[in-house]
Amino acid sequence: MGTLEQALSARLAGQGGFVPGPRPQDLTLRLQRAEDVPAVVAELCAAGLGLATLVATDERATTERDLKVRYLFEPIVGNTRPLPDTFVTLVASLDPDRPELPSISAQVPAANWHEREARDLFGIAFFGHPDPRPLVVHDGWPKGLFPLRKAFDAQTRPAVDSAEEFPHLLVEGEGVLEVPVGPIHAGIIEPGHFRFSTVGESILNLEARLFYTHRGLEKRIEALPIADAFYVAERICGVCSVSHGLGFCEAAEQIAGIAVPERARALRTLALELERLYNHVGDIGNIAAGASYHYGTSAGARMKEALQQVGEQLTGSRFLRGLIVPGGVRLDLTVELEKSLSAVVLATAEALASLIERIENNPSVTDRLDTTGVLQAQDAIALGVTGVGARASGIDRDARRDHPHAGYTNDLNLAVATESDGDVHARLNVRAAEARESMRLIRALLEGVPPGPIGTAMPEPLPAWGIGLAAIESPRGAAIHWLRVDGAGRVDRYHLRSASYANWPAVALAAQTSIIPDFPLVNKSFELCYSCTDR
Amino acid sequence: MLTAILRSLRTGVVTIRYPEDPAHPPERFRGAPAVRPGSLLDKLPSESICPSGAITREPGHYGVDVGRCIFCGRCAEDSLDGAIELGRQVELASRQRKGLVVEVESDKDGRAVALAPPPASAEVAKEIRRSLGRSLALRHLDSGSCNACDWELTALLNPVYDIRRLGVDFVASPRHADGVIVTGPVTRNLEIAVRRTYEAVPEPRIVIAVGACATSGGIVGRRYASAGGVAEVLPVDVFIPGCPPRPEAIIFGILLAVGRVDIRGNTPLGIGQERT
Repeated sequence: MGTLEQALSARLAGQGGFVPGPRPQDLTLRLQRAEDVPAVVAELCAAGLGLATLVATDERATTERDLKVRYLFEPIVGNTRPLPDTFVTLVASLDPDRPELPSISAQVPAANWHEREARDLFGIAFFGHPDPRPLVVHDGWPKGLFPLRKAFDAQTRPAVDSAEEFPHLLVEGEGVLEVPVGPIHAGIIEPGHFRFSTVGESILNLEARLFYTHRGLEKRIEALPIADAFYVAERICGVCSVSHGLGFCEAAEQIAGIAVPERARALRTLALELERLYNHVGDIGNIAAGASYHYGTSAGARMKEALQQVGEQLTGSRFLRGLIVPGGVRLDLTVELEKSLSAVVLATAEALASLIERIENNPSVTDRLDTTGVLQAQDAIALGVTGVGARASGIDRDARRDHPHAGYTNDLNLAVATESDGDVHARLNVRAAEARESMRLIRALLEGVPPGPIGTAMPEPLPAWGIGLAAIESPRGAAIHWLRVDGAGRVDRYHLRSASYANWPAVALAAQTSIIPDFPLVNKSFELCYSCTDR
Repeated sequence: MLTAILRSLRTGVVTIRYPEDPAHPPERFRGAPAVRPGSLLDKLPSESICPSGAITREPGHYGVDVGRCIFCGRCAEDSLDGAIELGRQVELASRQRKGLVVEVESDKDGRAVALAPPPASAEVAKEIRRSLGRSLALRHLDSGSCNACDWELTALLNPVYDIRRLGVDFVASPRHADGVIVTGPVTRNLEIAVRRTYEAVPEPRIVIAVGACATSGGIVGRRYASAGGVAEVLPVDVFIPGCPPRPEAIIFGILLAVGRVDIRGNTPLGIGQERT
């Protein structure tokens, strides 16, 4: 960390200097002038850092009397692994009466949605933004009404206006056809709208409109005590319940300054791996569905079902809800549960090996997977893509190793799988390798769960105005949780940048390399949640 | 190909026989909270223990709204002497929203006495039962769910639950559907799509609300981005509580909506059995 701080300080000699935080190993720099943002960001990018998330806050009611934007960067380029586990926060203080900042989206494409979201929800203007369309609010949301400002009453319900059209790039020319899809889809999937411009089967342009499932959860969670707020975080997404519940807990535990007992950390790791495993095997089945290989769909669904059933035995919920709580876990392993888990993992290993062998020996399936939906490595880096999508394009990043959390210690010898082709097949291969690694980790964890208590008490209330930060490797990639408590130790601001949020722009990009009938397959190979993205 | 067939034969039938056979939730399953009769009302946990606001407490009166409940189990953990217990019942669906609110009053000693449940709602319309009771095509409508309920609907199509064996299927277009099965609290950004999808379904049509959010708004509630439940936007025939409901609970709710099972103390009758 010392070297990173030295390198950055040398580059940013004119700016005050770094202070530690939010975590002890992190660095924070308060910018003297908001207009310095692009220049400082350029230096961070040149030093091999990439944007992890952007958090806006309304701090007018505090002594600071401002709106703030925090840019969180992390090391993403470098020859050694792991890269330093350091987040670098740039803090920009804005005039509350005229909150504006220069946009960095042209130099850092990953900032594009973040800036649009902060504009929609906080009314912060990012001048020079290449795409000024609304992102989060649709259908005639009144101008000048910003739901995440503290003065906004969450009970306000402006009327919807059905007349508003989705503004999008019009592609013109002979034979160009526009295909609108969604938000209500043909299958049982979450809602999103896709506007394809095509010639024949080839996709010329694809624009996705998301945030249909925006429930206002980041407003909902404000002012709640940590113990209540946890249940909201656990329900941001169904199939990421463990990851998001845990991320919220780790951020809160950091503010509290408590150490979670070793046994609780091991059980949390077990739950994370179980969540990853049931998602990955189900997703492999869904990729088979995208390639019209229905034997594979059923085989994947059966594996997933068996894992969800054993998950319900462990936690009381098929989505593993109710295990993790702030301070630890609230349910312990038993000998019978260990046996059931081992048996299901063993059966899954056999079934997965058989399914992968069947897919690989079936040219009519692999023909659909190869060279379909290619994501180039440089695009993955520019967009800040994470998880399976990034690793299949050769980006060797995994938060379990790069930002250790739960019980991921060096003793587990985590192997990070990568591929280089960046197509659907590469993403299938990475998923299969990760599923196998998850099974190895579950077996290793079951062999040696450390003894001791499964939880520790959270102090009540939490230290005023504390900030917590956690990066969790969810089944879809790294999710960044940023939490700040108010003077009474309740949630002042909670922001989740899910893996899906970072990855959605890559789906649109990868789809443009393929034909329209392959879109479901490309989409399934990334397997992103809408609910985690929209919140 | 041959090995795939052999493998399938070796595996045998994995499909369960619900609703003929009962559901078997595991030991740690958290069902609906209920107040144990005779418990001291004063000892019941306060409203603030419930993260989704399902508990109401007034002098001499205590209510738990199972339609708002997220089945976290905190009220049972926090109640003294087991005054609140979590049920084992999976079949919680109701044709009436009020039918999901469990209410107790205190007797002169301050102990809980169960209030009589609201009278059973009218039977399913004959027309619905006749035309949809044997074969039912549903259009899934995500109105802003966290996707847990959606994935449980997907699970109904897996070889274990295989809801098609009951003549129920999910179809691609509302034009081909007999009704919509809705997950989520109806977000502002989906309100128009929800109304239009429903309007595209030919009559007679039914609406099934799956999960706490669709039933009542759940933990999301009614706020700037959420209508607070499907009933705020569409006429709902059946509410299925749960966060999310288990697959068997959803099957029960679907069959309840077309009159193929009935509630008598929440016990399902087998298919084809007549209501007594």
